[in-house]
Amino acid sequence: MRMTAVRLSAIYLGLFAVFAAVLVFYVTATTADILHTQSRQAIADEIEDLASVYRSTGLVGLVRTIDLRSRQPGASLYLVTDATGRILAGNVQSLDAGVLDDAGFSEGAFGYERFADGSDGEGADAARGDRYHLAIAEVVALPNGMRVLVGRDQTEQERFRVIVRGALILALALMGVGALFAWFLVGRQALQRLNRMSASTARILGGDLDERLPVTGTEDEFDRLSANLNLLLGRIAQLQKGLRQVSDNIAHDLKTPLTRLRNRAETALADASEPQDARSALEGVIGEADQMIRTFDALLMISRVEAGSHPVEKAETDLAGIVADVAELYEPVAEAAGGTLSVRAEGPVIASVSRELIAQALANLVDNALKYGGTEERPPVVTVELAAEGDRCRLSVTDNGPGIPEDRRERVLERFYRLDESRNKPGSGLGLSLVKAIASIHGGTLRLDDAAPGLKVTIDLPLGTAVVPADG
Amino acid sequence: MAAPAASATSEPMRILIIEDDREAAAYLVRALREAGHVVEHAADGAEGFHLADTRDFDVLVVDRMLPERDGLSVISGLRQKGDPTPALILSALGQVDDRVTGLRAGGDDYLTKPYAISELLARVEVLGRRRLGAKEVETVYRVGDLELDRLSHEVKRAGKTIVLQPREFRLLEYLMKNAGQVVTRTMLLENVWDYHFDPQTNVIDVHISRLRSKIEREAGPPLLHTVRGSGYIMRAGA
Repeated sequence: MRMTAVRLSAIYLGLFAVFAAVLVFYVTATTADILHTQSRQAIADEIEDLASVYRSTGLVGLVRTIDLRSRQPGASLYLVTDATGRILAGNVQSLDAGVLDDAGFSEGAFGYERFADGSDGEGADAARGDRYHLAIAEVVALPNGMRVLVGRDQTEQERFRVIVRGALILALALMGVGALFAWFLVGRQALQRLNRMSASTARILGGDLDERLPVTGTEDEFDRLSANLNLLLGRIAQLQKGLRQVSDNIAHDLKTPLTRLRNRAETALADASEPQDARSALEGVIGEADQMIRTFDALLMISRVEAGSHPVEKAETDLAGIVADVAELYEPVAEAAGGTLSVRAEGPVIASVSRELIAQALANLVDNALKYGGTEERPPVVTVELAAEGDRCRLSVTDNGPGIPEDRRERVLERFYRLDESRNKPGSGLGLSLVKAIASIHGGTLRLDDAAPGLKVTIDLPLGTAVVPADG
Repeated sequence: MAAPAASATSEPMRILIIEDDREAAAYLVRALREAGHVVEHAADGAEGFHLADTRDFDVLVVDRMLPERDGLSVISGLRQKGDPTPALILSALGQVDDRVTGLRAGGDDYLTKPYAISELLARVEVLGRRRLGAKEVETVYRVGDLELDRLSHEVKRAGKTIVLQPREFRLLEYLMKNAGQVVTRTMLLENVWDYHFDPQTNVIDVHISRLRSKIEREAGPPLLHTVRGSGYIMRAGA
């Protein structure tokens, strides 16, 4: 993390410096260009002017004019030489070699020394460096071999460039310092928050599941991360609590059949002299063992379905077909109990499901309805309904029994929970948990309603890909 | 131990048990021998494969999880070599998907541990008989004076037509196809309804008694018998 922060800051700073340098370079280059053009224009104007003087007053007039202009304060550069290169007039003491050789505008700047005249107010002993300047100039060749140079000092431009460069360096340096300072403040603060989060995480890993990550209330990225992780922790704690409760229940609820099994085995042992009694006691032992195996199977199935560790194989299946099959399987049972089992299903309702699991869920519901649905006076009247609506369908089983009080409808979905009234009837208390798990693995929900009188259990299922329109 | 009565009448089969748990294997060997079969035992997958490959058996009983070579690999290895000996897979893994992978590997039947020994005996005998293959091609099944035509779906008892629902027909067809053998409730649920879950209530018993009321006559001898603790058997005579 520390490395990442440093690297990011460095990249940021580098990019910023490059952009700043480009900008400054562009500004200076443009400014220099404008100033250069202005100087050139001034020189051209002056040459035009001197040319008219030369035309009207001849060489003497030209030399005089130049001599006069050279002495004015802040004058341009002037120089007049004869064919041999001897200086006739002007304010230039010496030039870089070769400047006068070619007529026309000089290519770039050249160095020169100005006369240390009175207007400069400098002594003759002033250092040569003080008088050596850069200039640009235009050289005009006269017909008699004489040469006239008119130029402009470039010292100002040079100074301007130096100032800009200095400003750039200063700005970059300030930026660097500022960046370091900002990183120190912001980065360190971020790191400190991360460290606090690490410390909290370590405590949670240490087993304190009630610990939560710090949330500062600024709702920044760190806060959002902390808040989400806290939600995650809450869910884990809830699941863990559920798990603990389930294992407590398992221990408790398996003790009961184990006790019965043990009692029957003891009875068999005691009745060894009466083969018929011993035999029926042993059959009871096997029956208890089978019931426990069924309970374990149901538990394993629920946990595997809930964990989603084994995704079930789903296929496009007609739910109306499943309803008809399961109803057909249980119809004789209803008849044997003197009741009825009727189906209201319009098919086909195609959904992507596991036929086996949905059939098992429906069989569980129908079995429950037949077992608990009727009352002492009335035989069970059970209705299985299937209705498709949009991209969902409802599969419901309604009975005419005593129903389940509203405050206990959530609880009966828990593993091993059984209503007191039904404790004397066979059953593991796992049926509805299994149905709920099967519904949720298919992306559906399980709902219990009052059918007045009776209970209506509804599985709400998405139909899956089957009914999604082709262009959707 | 008391073997179901039906087993004694069926002809002896050669059975190979591949099971690493000594106690479970000894129990199986004893039960199958008491039922009149010739039984061999292999304690790991490699030995089991070798035995199955070099000797001739009528049925293989293969534990799914074995040392050296797992049960599914033994069966798929045999199938690759063209050995069609029917195989019953035993497994502690009992979910739908486990069963599907077991059958895909070439197993013919799948039984989840722990199982009732009567369930295993019934399944082994049905598998062994299947190898003879005769019943698969017969179009008319006969047990006593009961007759079932698989093509026309006609059922007659002593020449008199009996009207059955489609599921009742399939139930009777399965029972008659395996006439003389015990079929368990689970086998009926799997083969007639194609369900592999436990329906809790004994739904099969209710269906059987309904079928019984249609095919049994007061005058004639009973044909569909209940085998206590196991299941049902279709048989003419007591």
